[in-house]
Amino acid sequence: MSDVLAVAEHRRGDLRDVSLELITAGRELADGTGGNLHVAVIGGDVDAFADELNREGVDRVLTVAEGEEFNHGVYTQAVAALYDEVAPQFLLLPNTVNGLDYAPAVATRLGLPYVPDAVGLDVDADRLVATREMYGSKVATTNEVDASGGVTVSVRDAEWPPTEAAGDAVIESVDVEIDESTIRSTVKGFEEVGAGDVDISEADLLVSVGRGIEEEENLELIEELAETLDATISASRPIIDNGWLPKNRQVGQSGKVVMPDVYLAVGISGAVQHVAGMKGAETIIAINTDPNAPIFDLADYGIVGDLFEVVPALTEEFGG
Amino acid sequence: MKVLVTVKEVVTVGDEFEISGTEIAEQYREYDLNEWDNYAVEEAVQISESEEDIEVVTATIGPERSDETIRMALAKGADRALRIWDDDLEAAETLDVEAKAEILSAVVEAEDPDLVLTGVQAEDDAFGGTGVALAERVGYEWAAVVNDLDFDADAGVASVRRELEGGVEELTDVDLPAVLTIQTGINEPRYASLRGIRQAQSKPLDVRTLADLDVDASVTDSALDVTEMYVPETDSDVELIEGSADESAGRLADVLREKGVAE
Ligand SMILES: Cc1cc2nc3c(=O)[nH]c(=O)nc-3n(C[C@H](O)[C@H](O)[C@H](O)COP(=O)(O)OP(=O)(O)OC[C@H]3O[C@@H](n4cnc5c(N)ncnc54)[C@H](O)[C@@H]3O)c2cc1C
Repeated sequence: MSDVLAVAEHRRGDLRDVSLELITAGRELADGTGGNLHVAVIGGDVDAFADELNREGVDRVLTVAEGEEFNHGVYTQAVAALYDEVAPQFLLLPNTVNGLDYAPAVATRLGLPYVPDAVGLDVDADRLVATREMYGSKVATTNEVDASGGVTVSVRDAEWPPTEAAGDAVIESVDVEIDESTIRSTVKGFEEVGAGDVDISEADLLVSVGRGIEEEENLELIEELAETLDATISASRPIIDNGWLPKNRQVGQSGKVVMPDVYLAVGISGAVQHVAGMKGAETIIAINTDPNAPIFDLADYGIVGDLFEVVPALTEEFGG
Repeated sequence: MKVLVTVKEVVTVGDEFEISGTEIAEQYREYDLNEWDNYAVEEAVQISESEEDIEVVTATIGPERSDETIRMALAKGADRALRIWDDDLEAAETLDVEAKAEILSAVVEAEDPDLVLTGVQAEDDAFGGTGVALAERVGYEWAAVVNDLDFDADAGVASVRRELEGGVEELTDVDLPAVLTIQTGINEPRYASLRGIRQAQSKPLDVRTLADLDVDASVTDSALDVTEMYVPETDSDVELIEGSADESAGRLADVLREKGVAE
């Protein structure tokens, strides 16, 4: 027992990037244990997905033609059945929103230890050594799990590079008996949210504001700066949750992905879900009072300082 | 009907801190109600305000200190609280998802709620798995990352929106009993009123041990061992701009001009 089973993710007809990242992470683990890498895809156009998943390092692609879109009941049953069939040591799932919706259930059902949201993986004899982050990415931890009896790991997306090169895997369709009577949730559809007047993903200069602004009234400072610079305002999630700015201004995993020339992060800590939306900016500048804020690990320029002093001074620099 | 809300007191760390072993050193630890649980409490209280005869019970795994946080939830409108703690839990180094789900499943079995609300994740350990693992364990239906809830008690259905990535929401109907993991933004959590804070003092807060719940002490032997904690090393080449606010604003202005986004 030293194989790896990774489960791909797709949505509305498209394989999601994390699927190819899982192949990279899975191959690393399989190399560490001398095992094979099996990649499974469940639901949707499984044959087309299987062709896409046939990348370098994949030994076998397993397809389960059950359902169109993700349903956690189907996934939990199908992955548990595949696990029994493949008998891998490592079950590798994405720590995406849908991963959050079934990975813990699969681990529980299979009675396996569960290591969520890993950002680094290593195997040492029969121990899995996983790196995780805690306290809003301020600290990293090394976690060890006895993997001799198997383990479920969910991996953070965008941490491993996607495997691009084509492969020569065996593609196999697997019949899984799904007990429909135990599935008590029904997906009714999808809705895009956050459309509106402004498209922050088009802006060259984003002044992005986070919880450091403290009060809604203080947003005025940011508005003055943005007006002076002819910049567009975006924000981290708490500002949107508070209703201070509309949803179409949110940058991040559940908001928008932006790639401006300059992203000026004001009072934003740089939580992973925020970073997911802005790390592609050409130049990142952060203003934050906390020298340990994770945003500084990403920034090209940083001011460790109080936004209530720096922002007005900056506005003044440009004659505002 | 009964709504159970899991409430965690989380450790938060300020701008400066030191690590001692595999923990943030005691003097740098601050404690607070988990941000995501705050929204879960609010959602439960709103349900109890809009439907007849709904009891809101909170459940916390935590030491005596967390009573303060639990009282906040009671002050916001929860009816009563359970706190689970004993010497075995005190001695445990890590409680992983499996352990928390097992302990909370004993609470669910004892309380038999129709709906369980948990936060999507805890700010400190960020496991993000307890709610769904709990649902699987007790045989409830579930939905993770819920940012909208339309609760139909009579039909026994929770119509939810799950917030997927990139501004897409999934609309799903979930049969009760169910566990929902609540995302921030689902509502506007209230502040505890002075009256609420006063009333919370007289609301029941029961402390149970693992033995009371019939949970074996071995639950604390987590499979997952945290063996190291450190401030992540970065390969960042951030250029720190030093000086007074005026000086650093001046330098920043130059950078913006150099990058061609300002004149
Ligand atoms: C499933 C999921 C999806 C999510 N999706 C998103 C998403 O799309 N986008 C998103 O942003 N978040 C998202 N989040 C939330 C994310 O985890 C963080 O909670 C959020 O990004 C934190 O926002 P923040 O940096 O503004 O606030 P905080 O983390 O509270 O940071 C505030 C910062 O301001 C600094 N500060 C305070 N006062 C001052 C001052 N006077 N001057 C300068 N700096 C100051 C502080 O040092 C701190 O670093 C998601 C979470 C989950 C679980």
